[in-house]
Amino acid sequence: MENNKNIILSVKDLEVKFKVRNRVLTAIRNISLDFEEGKVVAIVGESGSGKSVFTKTFTGMLDVNGYVSKGEVWFEGKNLMNFKNDEQWLDIRGKKIATVFQDPMTSLNPVRTIGYQISEVIIKHQGKSKDEAKKEAISLMERVGIYNAEQRYNEYPFMYSGGMRQRIVIAIALACRPKILVCDEPTTALDVTIQAQIIRLIKELAKEYGFTTIYITHDLGVVANVADVVAVMYAGQIIEVGTVEEIFYTPKHPYTWGLLSSLPQLGEKGNELFSILGTPPSLFEEIKGDAFAPRSDYAMQIDFEEEPPMFKISETHYAKTWLLDERAPKVEPPKTIRNLHEKMLALTAKGGIYGER
Amino acid sequence: MSVNNNEREVLLSVNHLEVTFYNNKKRFRAVKNACFDIYKGETFALVGESGSGKTTIGRAIIRLNHTSDGEILYKGKKINGPLNKEEKLNVVRNIQMIFQDPAASLNERATIDYCVSEGLYNFHLYDSEEDRENKVDRALESVGLLPEHKSRYPHEFSGGQRQRIGIARAMVMEPEFIIADEPISALDVSIRAQVLNLMNKFKEERGLTYLFIAHDLSVVRYFSDRIAVIHKGRIVEIAPTEDLFNYPLHPYTHSLLQAVPMPDPRIEKSKELVIYDESKRDFSGEKPQLREIRPGHFVFANDREMREYEAKLSEMEKEKKTV
Repeated sequence: MENNKNIILSVKDLEVKFKVRNRVLTAIRNISLDFEEGKVVAIVGESGSGKSVFTKTFTGMLDVNGYVSKGEVWFEGKNLMNFKNDEQWLDIRGKKIATVFQDPMTSLNPVRTIGYQISEVIIKHQGKSKDEAKKEAISLMERVGIYNAEQRYNEYPFMYSGGMRQRIVIAIALACRPKILVCDEPTTALDVTIQAQIIRLIKELAKEYGFTTIYITHDLGVVANVADVVAVMYAGQIIEVGTVEEIFYTPKHPYTWGLLSSLPQLGEKGNELFSILGTPPSLFEEIKGDAFAPRSDYAMQIDFEEEPPMFKISETHYAKTWLLDERAPKVEPPKTIRNLHEKMLALTAKGGIYGER
Repeated sequence: MSVNNNEREVLLSVNHLEVTFYNNKKRFRAVKNACFDIYKGETFALVGESGSGKTTIGRAIIRLNHTSDGEILYKGKKINGPLNKEEKLNVVRNIQMIFQDPAASLNERATIDYCVSEGLYNFHLYDSEEDRENKVDRALESVGLLPEHKSRYPHEFSGGQRQRIGIARAMVMEPEFIIADEPISALDVSIRAQVLNLMNKFKEERGLTYLFIAHDLSVVRYFSDRIAVIHKGRIVEIAPTEDLFNYPLHPYTHSLLQAVPMPDPRIEKSKELVIYDESKRDFSGEKPQLREIRPGHFVFANDREMREYEAKLSEMEKEKKTV
C-alpha cells in the first residue's frame, strides 16, 4: 500500500485492547491502513466489528478501560500513539480531526443555545472575539442549510428536527476547519429523505473545505454513494480493502460476499433472503486462523489453522483470505452477487431512478 | 373508497380514520382521513418518514391511541372507540405487535420465560403448567432459540436474539394479525435477513397477516405485497408493491423512492437528488381525495392532478412496453 500518494493519516499494526471485568478483550487486531488526502474512505462491518473503536483511536477518545497496546498512527509527522496526556490531544481532537456522531440529540448540549455551541468552538480553537465568532457561526449555519440562521441562532437543540440537529453537529465539526472528518454513522438515526440530503451536504462540504472523510456505516447503499475506498472490517481486522467498484463488483473475501448477498434488494419474493449464519467470534479469546472461517461456506482446513495474510489483487485492492493463495481451489463468488450492476439496473428504471420523470 | 375485491377476504378495514392529539388547547391531526383495507394473508406496508403518523395508525389499531373519528373494522366488527371488556380482550389477543426496539420492549427484570408467557398468563391460554411450558418452548424453538434460554434475562441476548424473543412473544398468542413496527430498523444488516426470513416463514406456515410499518423501502419491496405511502398524516398513494416501484405517481412517493440509496456505486454516483418541496406544488383546484387510477392503485389527487397523473401513467406504461 506504499507509494507516492499523498497520505494524510497512516495506521500501522494497530492493536487496541479493553479491560472488562478482569478480562482482556482485543477489539482491534493488527490493522494497517493509509488514508489518502481528499478521498472518502468508508469503513463497513457489523456492530462489534470494531469500526468505531478504530476511528476513536485517531482522536484519543477510547473509553477509559481501553488502551492501544501496539502500533502507530501517523498524522502530520507525529505518532499520535505517543501522546501521554489529554493536552496533547487537544491540538488534534476537534481541531484537526473532528467527529460527527450518530445521534445528534446526545452530541449537542440540551441546555445551551445552538449559536452558543457553535461559537464556543470558534472562540476556543480560532481565538476569535465573541462578535466575530457569532458572525462566522451564522454563516456556517447558513452553509449547512439552516434557513433564518440569525433567528435560529438563539434557539435550543430541542427546537430543531433530527436532520437539522445533525446539520448543526456538522457545522460545529467544521468550525475549526478540520483536515479529517470522521462520520460515525451520521445518518443512521435519520429518515431516508433527510439522509440523502445530509450525505449530499457532507460531500459538497468536503469539496469546498478540502477535508478527508472517514465514513463509518453498515448501510451499503450509503457506502456506494459516498465512498472512494471501502474497508471491510470483521472481528477487529480489515479483511478486505479496495476502491468502491472493486468491493461491489469484484469482491474477494467470503465475508464481503456474505454482506452483499444479504442485501434485501437482491432478495427474490418467495425465496429466503440470504443470511450469514452464526455469530462473530468472542474477542476475549485468541482467534486462530481466519476469524470468519467458522461461518464461511468456503472455509478450508488452513483457515482454521493459520491466519491468512493480506493478498494483493491490484494496486488498490487487498483481501485477507486463503482463497487467494495460489494453492487454493478456484472459487467463484456466489451467484446472487454476480452482475450486481446489471441486477440493480433492472430494479431501477432509467439509470438508478425509480419510475420515471 | 374501500377496495372492492370479491375474491379476497378483508381482515382489517380502516375507514376515514382520524387521530388527533391535544397539547393544551393546540390540536394536532396526526392521522388525516386514512382509508385502507388489509386482506387476509397479505403483508401490507405503511411507509413514510418519522412523524408521518405511520406508528400512530398501528397503535390506533391495537387501541393504544384514541381515535377521534372514523372506524376500524376487524373481521367486520368495530374495534375502535368504546368496547366492552370481552371485545377489548379479543382485540388484544388476536392482534399482536412487534416493536422497533427489542431492548426497550422487553421487561429487563423478567426472565425470558416470563416475557414470553405473559400473554398466556393474562388470557389463561393454557391447561396446565406443563402445557404452558410446552407452548413457550415451541415458540422459542420456532424463532431459533433454545428452551434453556428461558431462565435468562433480556440483557444476556444480542439485538437480533432479543428481536426474535419479541417475535416469539407475539407468536405464542397464536395471533391472526401482526403489526410489526419497524421490526428490523435497530438490527444489523446480517441479522435483518434472519428476522425477515422468520417473519416470512410464519406468514406461510400460519397464514398470518402483517401490517409492516417501515421507512426502508428496499426491505419493503422484498417483504410486502401492497404499500401505502403516508406523508404528514395523509395517505398519498396505495399500490401493489411492483406498481408502486414501477409507476410512482405522487411526487412525495417519487422523492421517497429516489432517496433510498442503492448498493451500487455506478448508480449512486450518477444519481441526482429530488427533494420533495410542498411549497413548490400547485394546489389549485378543488380538494384532493384518494382515488383509484388503476385497479388497486390509489393516489391522493383532485381532478386536475388526476388528469396529470393519468397522462404520466399511460406514458410510463407505453415506455415500459417498448423496453
